[in-house]
Amino acid sequence: MDKIPILKIGHFLMVAIQVDLYDRLALNLEADLVQAVSKTGARGVLIDISAVSIVDSFMGRILGNIAGMSKVLDADTVIVGMQPAVAITLVELGLPLKGVQTALNVEKGMELLQQKLQITGEEESEE
Amino acid sequence: MKLDTAKILQKRKKQILELWMKNQLVDFSLREDLMSNDELTVQSEELVDVLLQTLSSTSLEDIQASSLDAVHEVLEGISISRAKQGYSPRETGMFVFSLKDALLSILAQEIKNDPVQLLDESLKVSKLIDSLGIITFETFIKGREEVILRQTDEITEISTPVIRVWDGIVAMPIIGTLDSSRTQVVMENLLQEIVDTSSSIAILDISGVPAVDSLVAQHLIKTVSATRLMGAECIISGIRPEIAQTVVHLGIDLSGIVTKASLASALRHAYALLQLEVKKVVAK
Repeated sequence: MDKIPILKIGHFLMVAIQVDLYDRLALNLEADLVQAVSKTGARGVLIDISAVSIVDSFMGRILGNIAGMSKVLDADTVIVGMQPAVAITLVELGLPLKGVQTALNVEKGMELLQQKLQITGEEESEE
Repeated sequence: MKLDTAKILQKRKKQILELWMKNQLVDFSLREDLMSNDELTVQSEELVDVLLQTLSSTSLEDIQASSLDAVHEVLEGISISRAKQGYSPRETGMFVFSLKDALLSILAQEIKNDPVQLLDESLKVSKLIDSLGIITFETFIKGREEVILRQTDEITEISTPVIRVWDGIVAMPIIGTLDSSRTQVVMENLLQEIVDTSSSIAILDISGVPAVDSLVAQHLIKTVSATRLMGAECIISGIRPEIAQTVVHLGIDLSGIVTKASLASALRHAYALLQLEVKKVVAK
């Protein structure tokens, strides 16, 4: 069965979705990712969906779910590289993914996560 | 022996053309500014030529006859070109209907002795020209519609430019009312430009939008959400006092969106986000 690789980079996990996500694959990804976050204690999750050209309401909900679950496990989720057509579809479907952070590309997404980590890190050191 | 109308008319072609031209030239709807008399003569000659050639006793009886297709074709060509040149419907109609006068007066000259036949043939000719007149109008309106469609396309194309203001900042001035189809174009252009220039801030200037109602506001909110999903921030600028009033009166919630009064203040906000600073150069 297909699996989407989850890569660990420093404190973060990175997932690049290169194939069209069918429902079963998306559900597996959700389960695997939450497992990985809890196992590695990652502080951030970066999901690259620049190769995804088709999206439906299920996929939108899965993305929202992943963000919500990671948040519970104290990890920020950043979705990067969304195609214009995908963004328009999600908005038209009424899924603006309020709880999810976004960035233009992997580089900017990484910067964003590092910034977040620094801010929380400083707070911890101040305490 | 019965006279053949078609034959008569073919025989008197030259006179018909002369008479028709005379009729057209005295008519007050003549537009010398749009077409010279020479061109008009050429057009008229072409139509009379093809009409008299295809005219036979059967086609006079049956105005739907396929033998008249060639006439229709010429007429449609003339009609469309006139629609594009800006002729009024009346002027285009007069062009065809003045031919009727010419044909009828020639007929009257030829069939002097038999009033019954004259009436009969005149009615047929009149019917034929009427049907040609209707075709002229149909094509004329079609031509006009084509012009309108082309203009609509042009307006949608030119009305949504995306301007690169700075590295990482794009701006889009919206002029005219936002409806769903335009929002789609606006959104697509803006998002594509964000991807192409990898800009992280987009400014949507609505100073050219005449009124903001709940529908327009919803379209704006959609655009902002889509921009955010792409990973860029969207600022709405150019909100006039009247618009601020209507937005609050309508109870539209714009709290999730950064709004600025002018493009300048939006730009200032964008610079602050990108940690840029604009400074005046002090001369030494």
